[in-house]
Amino acid sequence: MTPQTPLTQEIISAEIAQARQAYAKAVEGGEPRRDHPDRGYAPYRSSVLRHPEQPLVALDDPDAVELSGPVFGVTDVTALDADLTRQHLGEPLGERIMVTGRVLGRDGRPVRGQLVEVWQANASGRYAHQRDQHPAPLDPNFTGVGRCLTDDQGRYAFTTIKPGAYPWRNHDNAWRPAHIHFSLFGTAFAQRLVTQMYFPGDPLFDHDPIMQSVTDDAARSRLVAAYDHDLSTPEWSLGYRWDIVLSGPAATWIEEGR
Amino acid sequence: MTPQPTPSQTVGPFYGYALPFAGGGDIAPAGHPDAITVRGRVYDGAGDPIPDALLEFWQPAPGGSRAGAPGSLRRDPVTGAVIGRTGLDFTGFGRVATDADGHYSIRTLPPGGAPYISVCVFARGLVHHLFTRVYLPELTDPATEPLLASLPPRRRATLLAVPEGGRVHRFDIRLQGDGVEEETVFLDFG
Ligand SMILES: [Fe+2]
Repeated sequence: MTPQTPLTQEIISAEIAQARQAYAKAVEGGEPRRDHPDRGYAPYRSSVLRHPEQPLVALDDPDAVELSGPVFGVTDVTALDADLTRQHLGEPLGERIMVTGRVLGRDGRPVRGQLVEVWQANASGRYAHQRDQHPAPLDPNFTGVGRCLTDDQGRYAFTTIKPGAYPWRNHDNAWRPAHIHFSLFGTAFAQRLVTQMYFPGDPLFDHDPIMQSVTDDAARSRLVAAYDHDLSTPEWSLGYRWDIVLSGPAATWIEEGR
Repeated sequence: MTPQPTPSQTVGPFYGYALPFAGGGDIAPAGHPDAITVRGRVYDGAGDPIPDALLEFWQPAPGGSRAGAPGSLRRDPVTGAVIGRTGLDFTGFGRVATDADGHYSIRTLPPGGAPYISVCVFARGLVHHLFTRVYLPELTDPATEPLLASLPPRRRATLLAVPEGGRVHRFDIRLQGDGVEEETVFLDFG
């Protein structure tokens, strides 16, 4: 058996640069800008067998069920869900932060009373998940799961700790920049979004094929939260602001009181 | 200026302790006589089952209402644990993760006013979710239903649930064709 050449960061970085150039060239040639990543993004190796090769079938049906969507309410969340630092007997280790922002539709209107779910690694970069084998310590005082409903302005807010970077096996010496996973619902199922929020100035951005799967520079920058000193609380926590805009058609009708 | 959309990112491998919830696939009230089961497997382009996919389902109530109802993740305010839907309101929403063998199943009621259940697929390796639909053959005529009728037969078949008897329907999802089996039709709502 011939020994496998290690898949180095250098190789992945070259592929990332190539994909970015190909995208820039396509845009120059008149192709539309893309907000979302291309599902077949080879530098992220797991995408290779997990994306459709046939074009999606465009559906413009005003009666589509996907133009309505699930709703959630006060019974779906509890008071502690939005504070990830208070879900155990003790305080988790790490840098306490507050993350807040608004969830908007493409029309700029706030998404009201909808469910926002987050999950993240602890300060050492370890998930409370059995399959996470990264030899960093678990924190008995941190699970890393949060939920809340947006308010009338579409605002959400979580208190948590800043997650650590962590290694993964996409290639040799692969590390994910620190991030918080977000799951969002709009007024229509077609607006559904699962994404990741990053922290400003992380040196791992350029190395990470998941973040770089968004090949449009402006779109990718929208994944990065802003440090907001006005959101920091003296002698307590640092504040980050991150607004989220859902693509896809919003509901054509909205029930009273929603 | 109109706000610019936030890009999608993969759900990753570690959502398992955050997104699935107890009873996530029990959309029908327990013991409801009209309940149907939809079950199947999710496959990749090598024909291998995907053990870390997350599926969400959304559909009208049997009477046709698309308003949904809160309470899919109804919680016990004392312990925080999910105690499940009340069984009185039809929330129309379900969420299940595939098991180690790529299997999933949901129990629901037939949708009213539309012959399909909408599905949103997430998975590690999938950087942007995918929408598809489970068409229930007893509720639709594939020759006249506009979307189904617009597709060539092999493609159309990927959207049709296969009755297995006893109110059970099979619906497999293939994120990519494997050279033998057809890739599932995925939808774009713009
Ligand atoms: Fe992650």
